Amino acid sequence: MIELAGAAYSYGGGDILTELTLRLAPGSFHFLTGPSGSGKTTLLRLCYMELLPSIGTVRIFDQDVTSLGRDEVAVNRRRIGVVHQDCNFLDHLSVAENIALPLAVSGREAGGQDANLDELLSWVGLDAQKNSLPPHLSGGERQRAALARAVIMSPDVIIADEPTGNIDWEMAQRLLRLLIELNKLGKTILIATHDLNLIRLAKSQVAARVLRIHNSRLQLAGADL
Amino acid sequence: MSGALASVRELLTGDRNADRVVPPSGYTARLTTFTAGAMAFLTVFALALSLATGRLADRWSSELAKTATVRISAPVGQMQAQSDAVLKVLSETPGVVSARVLTDAEQRQLLEPWFGPDLPIDTLPIPRLIEVVENTQGPDVEGLRLRLSAEAPGAVLDDHTRWRRPLVNAAYRLRLLAGFSILLIAVSTAAMITLAANAALAANATVISVLRLVGAKDAYIARAFVRRFTLRALVGAGIGTLAAMLGIFFLPAAAQEGAFLTGLGFQGLHWIWPLLIPPLAAIVAFWATRIAAIKTLKGLT
Repeated sequence: MIELAGAAYSYGGGDILTELTLRLAPGSFHFLTGPSGSGKTTLLRLCYMELLPSIGTVRIFDQDVTSLGRDEVAVNRRRIGVVHQDCNFLDHLSVAENIALPLAVSGREAGGQDANLDELLSWVGLDAQKNSLPPHLSGGERQRAALARAVIMSPDVIIADEPTGNIDWEMAQRLLRLLIELNKLGKTILIATHDLNLIRLAKSQVAARVLRIHNSRLQLAGADL
Repeated sequence: MSGALASVRELLTGDRNADRVVPPSGYTARLTTFTAGAMAFLTVFALALSLATGRLADRWSSELAKTATVRISAPVGQMQAQSDAVLKVLSETPGVVSARVLTDAEQRQLLEPWFGPDLPIDTLPIPRLIEVVENTQGPDVEGLRLRLSAEAPGAVLDDHTRWRRPLVNAAYRLRLLAGFSILLIAVSTAAMITLAANAALAANATVISVLRLVGAKDAYIARAFVRRFTLRALVGAGIGTLAAMLGIFFLPAAAQEGAFLTGLGFQGLHWIWPLLIPPLAAIVAFWATRIAAIKTLKGLT
């Protein structure tokens, strides 16, 4: 589904990530951890084609990302739902419009979309905030709205960058439950986090692999996680 | 053809979602509308100038080319004899359709702008003028001059070439300059709309980035900007054109004396020409914004 082979990413003459080898199989659940600035976000950006590898290969859905045209990148991104740490909402659109944005840009018919949207809003517990503007949401509400936007296209892969970074533990557990539910539906999950409690909680409920970035390289985390 | 019509229809009706994703941008909207309006206003006047000088050049070159004048300066006692001789020569000259002596009243009318209405023409030693109407080939001018000098020594043939050619040239040059001005206005409009579009694209960099991340193709993003700028240019140019057309409509009418400035305007079907300016401005805006948007988007991942 997503495969990195000997990939590296350099910027400004220095290696940010090097010798990356990773395979995300369909339906797998991965955590990515490491200290701040270790390159977690950079790795995620390689996985959703926002960055291209300096050397090596990144294959997404069996296609080498460097061979894809801009429109092909756009179409493939619809199969990857991304939850950004800062959520990246369009502040002039309502919560419902932001969540439906992937549908709008892909030219999906409006028919059936509303029902799907209402279901999704209910699933993430944001029915009451449907018409609110993003700046009026709390941190947890923003993260759940971002998750709803990430899954509205029913993507094969969901990538989340520090999704619990700005929310309390109770809300983090709620968000994790939603991600585990999605994984049980067969979605591939990749979460970057430095929240070890979250990782331990997830491992108690789902077969999750934990990867760590250390000295610009990717390695399996120890048994303590 | 149907594809082009569909594109125009799509441009006019738009995609509500695509329109909504880009927030309304304040000063770039006003700048585009104002620029398009001002440029359309100037274009209408340049067009009017171009058409007026074109008419003038055509009139001078066609009307004057078919006429000539014979001026007879002779002592009063010989005037009639020389006039008769000139008329006889002209009647025998191939290429001359008709010739007639201008009446005193006609000569007075010609001199009136310079000497006033009460000119005592019969007391002044004014040369007699003979108006010659030529066919399309015209006479052999040099041969006619030689015959006139032999038959009527006081007669001078003026075929208008000497002063007609520079006037016609000047009129054509003026038309060329007006056309060049229209071209400059179009290029300036494109440049200003490109600047405004680039400013809007830069101001909405975050929006564009989010759209790309959720799977929007470049064409979708570009369309939202292109439609907006095209419609602004259309509206602005429509207002500018209308204002300029009203201004020209209320100019003083072309007087009999044919003073050039009073003839600066549109006549008959020429009123249709300025109506093409708003759609042309929209086309310029469409391409300027599209090129700017595609170029900006290519720089993003």
